[in-house]
Amino acid sequence: MEILMAFVIGILFMSATYLMLSKSLLRIIVGTGLLSHGAHMLILTMGGLKEGSAPLLGEKAPYTDPIPQALILTAIVISFGVTAFFLVLAYRAYQELGTDNMDRMRGTEGND
Amino acid sequence: MINFLILPILIPLVTGVLLIFVSKRIMLQRWIAGISSVIAIIFSALLVQKVRVSGIQTLDVSSWEAPFGITLVSDMMSALLVLTTSIIAFLCLIYSFWSIGEAREKFYYYAAFNFLIVGVNGAFTTGDIFNLFVFFEVMLMASYVLLVLGGKKAQLRESIKYILVNVISSALFVIAVAYLYSVVGTLNMAHISVRISEASQGNPPGIITVIAVLFLIVFGLKGAIFPLYFWMPGSYYAPPAPVLALFGALLTKVGVYSITRTYTLFFYHDTGFTHQLLSFLAIMSIIAGVIGAIAYWDIKKIIIYNIIIAVGAILFGVSAMTTDSLTGSIFYLIHDMIIKAALFLLAGIVIAIAGTSNLHKISGLIKRYPGLGWTFFIAALALAGIPPLSGFVGKLLIVKGGFEAEHYWGAGIVLMSSLLVLFSIMKVFINGFWGTPRAYKGEDKVPVGKMLIAPVILVIIAVFYGAGSEYVYPYILQAAETLANPEIYIEAVLKEY
Repeated sequence: MEILMAFVIGILFMSATYLMLSKSLLRIIVGTGLLSHGAHMLILTMGGLKEGSAPLLGEKAPYTDPIPQALILTAIVISFGVTAFFLVLAYRAYQELGTDNMDRMRGTEGND
Repeated sequence: MINFLILPILIPLVTGVLLIFVSKRIMLQRWIAGISSVIAIIFSALLVQKVRVSGIQTLDVSSWEAPFGITLVSDMMSALLVLTTSIIAFLCLIYSFWSIGEAREKFYYYAAFNFLIVGVNGAFTTGDIFNLFVFFEVMLMASYVLLVLGGKKAQLRESIKYILVNVISSALFVIAVAYLYSVVGTLNMAHISVRISEASQGNPPGIITVIAVLFLIVFGLKGAIFPLYFWMPGSYYAPPAPVLALFGALLTKVGVYSITRTYTLFFYHDTGFTHQLLSFLAIMSIIAGVIGAIAYWDIKKIIIYNIIIAVGAILFGVSAMTTDSLTGSIFYLIHDMIIKAALFLLAGIVIAIAGTSNLHKISGLIKRYPGLGWTFFIAALALAGIPPLSGFVGKLLIVKGGFEAEHYWGAGIVLMSSLLVLFSIMKVFINGFWGTPRAYKGEDKVPVGKMLIAPVILVIIAVFYGAGSEYVYPYILQAAETLANPEIYIEAVLKEY
C-alpha cells in the first residue's frame, strides 16, 4: 500500500511541477494545489498506513497513529486559505495587468 | 511552568482581532495598536529578565505534557528575539502613523500588522516543529496582505511571485516534517533531538542528512540564503517603507532563527556534510549580496542586498558551531534586525522627500535635512561594524569563532565584506546626501520631523547596544550556551531526561 502511495505522490508532484512551470497563472495555481495535496498524502503515508483501531482508551491495540491525521487537517486548512487568497490575487492581477501570462507580467519600475 | 511566555503571541492576536472591528476609525486604531505594542514590549522585557533569572521557560499548552502536547519554549535566544521584535514592531507602527496613508489604514493595515507579529513571535517561541510551520503560515499570510495592500501593478506582480515561492517552500516544509516524523516519530523539538541522538549512536543514518538539507532549503528560501534569495530583491522592492522595514528586519530573520535552531538542536551529530554545506552557502550569500549591493544605484536595492550579506555572516557563525561564533551570531542577528529596520525607515523618508529611490536623481539632502543625514550616517557606520557601534562586536566574535574552527578563508571573507558593505552604504551617503541640493516636488508635505522619531530611536538603541555591549553580553552568552549545549534545552522541556 505504501509503495502504491509513493507512486501516487510522485505523480502528483510531477504534475504539479509541470503545471507550475507553465505560463498561465491559473495553471500555476492548480499546480500549487496539487503540490500541497501531494505533501499531505506524504504525511499520511509517512505515519504508516497500517490497519488498527481508533486510538481510544479501552480499544484493542494496535492503534492507528492519529498524529498524521491531525497534521494533515491543519495543513489542508492552511493550503485552502492560501489557495483562496491566491485565486483572488490572480483575479485582481488579471484585472489590473490585463493578462494572466507570466511572461507578459515581467517589468521593472520604468514600464509599469 | 509559566503562562507568561504566551503573552507576546496573545497580545498582538487579540489586538489584531479587535482592530478588524474598528477598521474605519483610524485614530482609535492607532491608539489601540500603539498601546498594545507598548504592553507587548513591557511583557517581553519581563520575559527576558525571567529567563535570565530562572532559566528556560516552558509552557505545555492545555497541560498536555511534553512531548505529547504542544509546547512553547522560551530560551534566552527566543526571548531576546521576541523583545527585539516587539520594539521594532512598535517603532514601525509609529512610523506608519505619518507615512502609510489613510487608504491602507482603513483596509486592515494595522490588523495585518499585528497578525504578522503573532506569526513572528510565535515562530520564535514555539517548541514544536509542526507549530513552527503553522506560525510560519500565519506570518506569511499576513505578509501577503501587507505586500499587496495598495494594489499597484508592481505590488500585484511581485506578490504573485512571492506567494508562489512561499507556497512551494511551505509544501517542502510539510514534506520535511513528514520525513522527520517518519524517522523519529515525534514533533516536539527537544524530543526530536533526543531521538536523533539515539539513532545517531555509532553510525548516523543518511536520511537525517537528507532531512537536514531539506530543512536548509525550506528555511533558506525564507531567510534568503545564496541560491534561494532570487525572489527577494523584487518582492521587497514593492511595498512601502514601514512594511519593507518589517519584512527586512523580521521575516528573513525568522528563517535564520529556524536554521540556527534546527542546526544546533537537531543536526549537530554529523556536521561533516551539513555544516560544511551551510558554511559554503553562507559565504556564497555574502559574496552574492556584496555584488548586488555594489552594483545597484538604488537605495532600496542596496539595503535589500545588505540583508543577504547579513544573513550570510550570521549563518557562517552558526556553521562554525563554537560558543564564540554562536554568541557572535546572536549578537549580530539582533544588531541586524535593529539596524535594518532603521535603515529602511530612513530610506523611506529619503524616498518620500525625493519621490524616487534612484541615487542618480537624489543629491544634497544633508543641507536641508541635517538630522536625517547624520542619523543615516551613524546607521551606516553601525551597519558596517565600525567600533564602538553595534555591528562590531558581533562580527568580531563571528570571525574569532571562524578562526577557532580553522575556517580561515571564510572568516577572511566575512572580514572583507565589512569593507564592501561600508563602500556600498557610503555610496548612498555620498550621492544622496552630499553634492548640490536639489528641489523636489512635494517635499514640503513630508513630515520629516515626525517620521524621524522611529529611526532615531532605533539608531540610539543600536548605539547603546554596541557601546554597552558588556551589559548585553551576559544575556547573549546565556543564549549561546543553550545553543552550544542542546542538553540544557532538552532538560528544560522534557523534565525527566
